[in-house]
Amino acid sequence: MTAEFGHVALIVALCLSVVQAIVPMVGSFAGYRTWMRLGHSLALGQLVFVAISFVCLTMAFLQDDFSLQYVANNSNTLLPTQFKISAVWGAHEGSLLLWALILALWSAAVALFSRHLPLELSSRVLSILGAISVGFGLFILLTSNPFARILPFSPTEGGDLNPLLQDFGLIVHPPMLYMGYVGFSVAFAFAVAALIGGQFDSAWARWARPWINSAWVFLTIGITLGSWWAYYELGWGGWWFWDPVENASLMPWLVGTALVHSIAVTEKRGAFRSWTLLLAILAFSLSLLGTFLVRSGVLTSVHAFANDPERGVFILAFLGIVVGSSLLLFALRGPTVQSQKGNGDVASYSGLSREMMLLLNNVLLVSSMAMILIGTLYPLIADVLDLGKISVGPPYFNFFFVPMTLGLMVAMGFAVFSRWKKTDAQLLRQKGMIPFLLSLSAALVLPLFLAESLSWESYSLIAVITLGASFWVVSMSIEDLWQKLSRSGFRWHNIGKLSASYWGMQCAHIGIAVCALGVGLSSVYDVQKDVRMVPGDRLTVAGYEFSFDRLDPVQGPNFVASRGQISAYKNERLVATLYPEKRNYKARNQVMTEAAIDPGLTRDLYVSLGEPLKGDAWAIRLHVKPFVRCIWLGGLMIGLGGLLSVLDKRYRRRRQPKTQAAETTLEVAAQ
Amino acid sequence: MRHKLIALAMLVSPSLKRAILLLLLLSSAVMAVEDVVSFSDESLRPRYQQLLEELRCPKCQNQNLADSNSAISQDLRAEVQRLLERDLTDDEIKEYLKNRYSEFILYRPQVNRATWFLWAAPIALLVLGGLILLGLSRRQKHRHSEKAGTTMRSDDQQRRLEALLGSQKRGSE
Amino acid sequence: MNRLTLFIPFALCLALGTFLFFSLDKDPLDLPSALVGEPFPEFVLEDLSDPQRQLSSDDFDGQVVLVNVWATWCFACRIEHPWLNSLAAEGVKIIGLNYKDYRELAQAWLQERGDPYQFSIFDPRGTLGIDLGVYGAPETYLVDAEGIIRHRRVGVVDERVWNEEFRDLYKQLLDAANAP
Repeated sequence: MTAEFGHVALIVALCLSVVQAIVPMVGSFAGYRTWMRLGHSLALGQLVFVAISFVCLTMAFLQDDFSLQYVANNSNTLLPTQFKISAVWGAHEGSLLLWALILALWSAAVALFSRHLPLELSSRVLSILGAISVGFGLFILLTSNPFARILPFSPTEGGDLNPLLQDFGLIVHPPMLYMGYVGFSVAFAFAVAALIGGQFDSAWARWARPWINSAWVFLTIGITLGSWWAYYELGWGGWWFWDPVENASLMPWLVGTALVHSIAVTEKRGAFRSWTLLLAILAFSLSLLGTFLVRSGVLTSVHAFANDPERGVFILAFLGIVVGSSLLLFALRGPTVQSQKGNGDVASYSGLSREMMLLLNNVLLVSSMAMILIGTLYPLIADVLDLGKISVGPPYFNFFFVPMTLGLMVAMGFAVFSRWKKTDAQLLRQKGMIPFLLSLSAALVLPLFLAESLSWESYSLIAVITLGASFWVVSMSIEDLWQKLSRSGFRWHNIGKLSASYWGMQCAHIGIAVCALGVGLSSVYDVQKDVRMVPGDRLTVAGYEFSFDRLDPVQGPNFVASRGQISAYKNERLVATLYPEKRNYKARNQVMTEAAIDPGLTRDLYVSLGEPLKGDAWAIRLHVKPFVRCIWLGGLMIGLGGLLSVLDKRYRRRRQPKTQAAETTLEVAAQ
Repeated sequence: MRHKLIALAMLVSPSLKRAILLLLLLSSAVMAVEDVVSFSDESLRPRYQQLLEELRCPKCQNQNLADSNSAISQDLRAEVQRLLERDLTDDEIKEYLKNRYSEFILYRPQVNRATWFLWAAPIALLVLGGLILLGLSRRQKHRHSEKAGTTMRSDDQQRRLEALLGSQKRGSE
Repeated sequence: MNRLTLFIPFALCLALGTFLFFSLDKDPLDLPSALVGEPFPEFVLEDLSDPQRQLSSDDFDGQVVLVNVWATWCFACRIEHPWLNSLAAEGVKIIGLNYKDYRELAQAWLQERGDPYQFSIFDPRGTLGIDLGVYGAPETYLVDAEGIIRHRRVGVVDERVWNEEFRDLYKQLLDAANAP
């Protein structure tokens, strides 16, 4: 019965979203205030019903209702409870329901936090969000219904959740990621609403900015979690594979980052208006493209959901309508937007201004995104053009992405220090000298300490470049902070004068440096040994002595395993005891390796069991990975930086919302 | 193996025991833990690792030979090892496998008629981006010089001007 | 940006959409063989049923044959086998390539399910498999009378697949071989 409630709730939500897509939009053209306000209540109503539907599906999992096809495919009576809940979004149908829920959540948030926006704008934004909800609702109900039943003979036991997904990672990564993906739909809606209305000024930018920044924060954390999860779950120590699904999340992130910077220019200086609108449309388009790539079967990926060309056609059509119409609208209405005056005269800026730096930032980020898009889609395009089956993998992506990111980091150092309109080149040279020298020395000297031995072979160019770039970004950021604290004499209490946005910027930029450091150093100095060991054997790897103590059979809730105990010693002292496992999940008869990690800021010890060999020997993989944890620490710092900017007090609701709304309506009327 | 020897050592005469234990002590340096994959020349190993990361498992859902555990990957790893021992260069090994499994097996696409766009496009994009930047900065400079003769002042000049104006103002009061 | 450049994103979107639409029909893992148009690789391996007998490509030179890669551990091969039996009954010459298998098990398997093969090549280590670009069983190669590989199918060959992919080409090659 619960499933039926869930199904009906979904249908009701679809009906509400249809009304939400049409009525407020029409109202905004006709000037009917009641119609415009309806969007707000409809968005909240939609959230209620989608949430009911989601809860019903969750209950079906918790109750082991295997008469539902989706539950039968992805659950099992022996599955631990927390994984039964996360299994709700473990496969295609349920993850779409999660998408719909999160879309409803963002729409409701817009409805609740848009009191200070002109009603014309907010009603249009909600209508556009409603239209997107209609698309997803139809897609779920017509092609991917999680409530479909297997009747009359339902199985008594389920096929179990994929063992790789039976993990904490599944509980956090997809929801975070979807919050980001879907969050960009708000930016998209704001952009399209601006194009429809033809009104576009710095006020728009100020309203849209917190939404853009928050979506970006979620996406940043979602990607970071995904990478970390792959690292400890997949068993061989990799954390990024340039897999199509991973690329599908990185591309909106790159455009989102460009957007976060571009909109700063639009808000502060009224420049880059059309470009900002285009980026807002592009970010969400890439999210939708990602949805298509992952669920249609056109690309192979370890992450891909079950493939079905029928679903592919639907998503493609939806994608075509949403993206095509918004880009067409952009092309047609773009000139109207451009010709409007901002606050003050048309912005002008010199060659070494912050505007120019941010433009450079945008060029590099968008080029990176385009490169990844081309690389990801090329196998597909080549196949369609009958040029053969070509593979494009990490060698291609790294070849371009690494130099582009390095260029970005070098520019970042200058950019932090740049000023709006014009930067004093003399001052820049003066203040930049110490950071430059510091970075240079760090880059040349530190690799000597990091390598295992002092020799030409182990002196790595990549390490030099990485260290140089990271130290450059950090030292220029600190230099800028110092400058700000030193205005009219150095005062510690000047810290209080710095806004949350400023701290956000510093945190995020330094986060990038930390992340880059982790990437570069762990790639260069990673030491890996694949060895054959019997209990009692010892081996020294990169200064750590690993001792294979014992191997025991272990019984888990839904698996049996062989668990090894491996102790790690440094300088004769016990540093860690690691328990890697080789698990066999009974329901699917699937073997999985569970790596054991001793995390540390300066190094991770990573041990996994390979295959059992003759006698009681096992193939064991031992890794010492220096600084790998900095990658995700950096990622979190970037996210934190974004969060700080969202919390900046200029986006908080003013004390008198009514007066504010009245003021802005007057502004709008005057234009 | 060592356990058995130790057990054996316990059963024999003291002098023999000592000899065996001594032998064990010395041989523990020799009976070291072995690599799963062994090479006649250790310098082949980094090349082996590198090649495994650049070659694709023909059957899997997007995995390289280093990470995949499928039967064909195991066979191909052994094949790469065999070819390395036969002194083939990296390019020759990739060519050998490409002739059998088609270019699908190469994660680094070769540069040929079919892939020129793939390799050229990112470079073209960067060049385009650079040109846009140059064009915009030139347009901005042009705009400045057009603005009623006012030029951008450096911070230094700005301060001096303000000081001058300030003193003029005071002078006129 | 001038008016025309504003249309570039839309144009790119249309182009991409078109490519994506046509890609829906394609299967990304359906690899064409690198050896189509190339001669069948040289090999010297034992006959499955007779360890003393050494086989090479000379043993089917001059005939149009199917080379079918099979193994006892391959589940889909069992599904394919009845159709191969009926093809053999119709006179199609099929050579078996027993891939990475155990001799006794393979012989028993054929005993149980029928032997449509002229003979089966015993390739326990998969060396001929690698030379052919085999990555799993079942796979079927169509080889013409000159020993050139003309087509490869990865996966089960049943009646539908035979009709769609092999039948016409097989007849064509057979006629060419029999022509004076």
